[in-house]
Amino acid sequence: MTGFGGFVLRRAVGALVTLLVLSVIIYVVFYVTPGNVAQITCGPRCSPAQVQQVAEQLHLNDPLFERYWHFLQGLVAGQDYSTGTAVQHCSAPCLGLSYQSDQQVTALILAKLPVTASLALGAMVLWLIIGVGTGVLSVWRRGRPTERLLTTLTLAGMSTPVFVIGLVLMIVVCGQLELLPFPQYVAFTEDPEQWAWNLLLPWLSLALIESATYARLTRAAMLETLAEDHVRTFRAYGVGERAIIRRHALRGAVAPLIAVNANNIGVLFGGAVLTETLFGLPGIGREMVEAVKVVDLPVVVGMVLVTGFFVVLANAVADVLYAVADRRVVLT
Amino acid sequence: MSLVDVRDLRVDFGGLRAVDGLSFRLEQGAALALVGESGSGKSTVASALLGLHRGTGARVAGTVEVAGTDVQTASEEELRRLRGGKAAMVFQDPLSSLDPYYAIGDQIAEVYRLHARVSRRAARARAVEVLDRVGIPDAARRSRARPHEFSGGMRQRALIAMALACEPGLLIADEPTTALDVTVQAQVLDLLHTLREETGMGLLLVTHDVGVAAESIDEVLVMQYGRAVEHGPVAGVLGSPAEPYTRELLAAVPRLDAPAKAPAEPEEVVLEASGLRREFGRGKRAVTAVRDVSLTLRRGETLGIVGESGSGKTTLGRMLVGLLEPTAGSLRFEGRAHTGVNPAVQMVFQDPVSSLNPRRSVGESIADPLRARGERDEGRIRRRVGELLERVGLEAAHHDRYPHEFSGGQRQRVGIARALAADPRVIVCDEPVSALDVTTQAHVIDLLGELQRELGLALVFVAHDLAVVRQVSDRVAVMRQGSVIEEGPVGEVYASPRDPYTRQLLAAVPALDPEAAARRRAERRELAAV
Repeated sequence: MTGFGGFVLRRAVGALVTLLVLSVIIYVVFYVTPGNVAQITCGPRCSPAQVQQVAEQLHLNDPLFERYWHFLQGLVAGQDYSTGTAVQHCSAPCLGLSYQSDQQVTALILAKLPVTASLALGAMVLWLIIGVGTGVLSVWRRGRPTERLLTTLTLAGMSTPVFVIGLVLMIVVCGQLELLPFPQYVAFTEDPEQWAWNLLLPWLSLALIESATYARLTRAAMLETLAEDHVRTFRAYGVGERAIIRRHALRGAVAPLIAVNANNIGVLFGGAVLTETLFGLPGIGREMVEAVKVVDLPVVVGMVLVTGFFVVLANAVADVLYAVADRRVVLT
Repeated sequence: MSLVDVRDLRVDFGGLRAVDGLSFRLEQGAALALVGESGSGKSTVASALLGLHRGTGARVAGTVEVAGTDVQTASEEELRRLRGGKAAMVFQDPLSSLDPYYAIGDQIAEVYRLHARVSRRAARARAVEVLDRVGIPDAARRSRARPHEFSGGMRQRALIAMALACEPGLLIADEPTTALDVTVQAQVLDLLHTLREETGMGLLLVTHDVGVAAESIDEVLVMQYGRAVEHGPVAGVLGSPAEPYTRELLAAVPRLDAPAKAPAEPEEVVLEASGLRREFGRGKRAVTAVRDVSLTLRRGETLGIVGESGSGKTTLGRMLVGLLEPTAGSLRFEGRAHTGVNPAVQMVFQDPVSSLNPRRSVGESIADPLRARGERDEGRIRRRVGELLERVGLEAAHHDRYPHEFSGGQRQRVGIARALAADPRVIVCDEPVSALDVTTQAHVIDLLGELQRELGLALVFVAHDLAVVRQVSDRVAVMRQGSVIEEGPVGEVYASPRDPYTRQLLAAVPALDPEAAARRRAERRELAAV
């Protein structure tokens, strides 16, 4: 198989293997983690008999291999779950039921994903604009006070935790100036305008922090390109500084930007825990923390798989963009 | 008015004076070569002609007038009009001198549009026109290719096309053929020659290679330490040089017509290769780098291996040393079959900069083969390294210095000392002098010859430079596309080459004498017409 079809096929197989390995690792980790899962799930006031019953129901006493096999079956073929009184059908791809709420994990994730996706994609647009813009500006003004100021600012940005910026923004914008109400998540499908206004501060806090990295990356890559021989060629042919920067130097920064951005956005799809918590966004990150605390295995596995999937996807998309940006790259 | 008028040019980089009071003129349509070794300031002069030192921290004094523009006092706008419009520059390394991200035609069009107020489409058409003019086949289609899809020679043609686009009165070519194979070099020089005849543009050629200069120009200016040593018509300067430095420079240039080395007495065979073959990659993508090469090497003799880039000569050299496993075929060392690395067969590498670890002292590098052999006595190691350093013309006290403290030639001496440390019987030298200036090159070649006589070494001398190979070798093997197409005693192969490719290679070697150069040019045209 060659060409684009082959590339997609190879990547899909690679992703599948990665995700399977991930799920095995989580199963093993949870299996060897000390603590009585049935007790935690049932609650502190359960009697030993009740705890035993919960353990039965959740198949906690089955061997690890059987439980994992069960999970795979659900994933491929779906599964019926009896939750005490009723029987719930969970159709493929079924990630199981939450130990805590008996809700289907797939449904749980689908409910949280739009929140996290909104946060991640919006922040990405902002950090690319702010970051690349700052980078280009500091190259354009290199050797002058503007550059030194920008370099200092980006350093400050990189070393500030997101909750500091987020808190300051919230206190100033919502508290003191009362320009915006305190953020409260509104779904895009419900009211796109309110969606954007409410996400503006979370976006900004994430973007301000992340854009520092992008500004430095852009600046470094452009300066490197500016020192290359082909830039000298165009200077020697009378091409002005503005065109050199816009056409030639910035082009050299595209590839590293794609690579770093792919990684960032993929990870962010697994939830920005701090930002989500700070702004009260019901996203994947918060859900995951809750699930880990109560050893809600099906939810954790589901969330990790979704995160893993987006990291793999983002990297595959990055590779395609890479090949589009630089014709010397061959997709394999 | 002269096309170029440089008066008392001085260029300083920090405390270093690169150009020191240089003056010269170039008339309309004339051709001048700045010839000198590395560090002589010749490229600095070329950059000064286009005002490229502005804003770099270099201090430029004196007057530079190019095509009526006073480069020193010109405004940014005037400079921009000069660059590319009135005087265009072709740079040394065609691999890195084009933007890898854009189509070649677009890059030429971008430059053309700066100087001619035309539409995008017209600029693109002009790009195709000039690409066609410099001999790029199927120019309309190829103009959409990115630089990596062009060979080295084609990229250099593309750069020349870019220079031609605005019909400048002056072409500045800074080492335009240094990175190219001889046959390609000859094509590029012939192209420059034809273009000059047709367009009447002036040419300023910057080169370290006297042969390249003789091929292409009317006048020579020999530079050393930023000053003019000798300046005059090419036939005069190269034919009867007045200055000792010029004489030294010319004497160091390997020539095809110099007396060849006295052939070595036939002695016993040390290294024998039969049916060596090497493939890279698998399946459909497999490339055969070396196919079925058989060679013998006798004690005390030098076998030259010549070929152009991609001919497989380096791969062959590495297999002889045991750094690469042959896909098929076998090696016999002193009559016994041998596989893997053999301490008695050592290698000297092409690039003296990257083949020494910059973070270790040269003494440590030279001691590596000794330690690898199991020597543990630090005193003995140090003594032996000291001897080796002295043996290659350095000092024992250099033991603790680092590679960056040495010049290119000295570093190559360190590389040779390292090869000698293992007491080898055979040394394979892969382009040992191609990164060096001619005078340094001559010294290193002398050293290798001396070592060979004293130690009875057998040498394999891999190089692309036919004149150098002729000078050092007893026998020569010519490689093309992985095969040895001709092999024999140097005298025979060079005097009466049997293979047409060998004839082509020999015709491509630049001659030092302008008349001979013209003859060769005619010869090449005939060969090309066949």
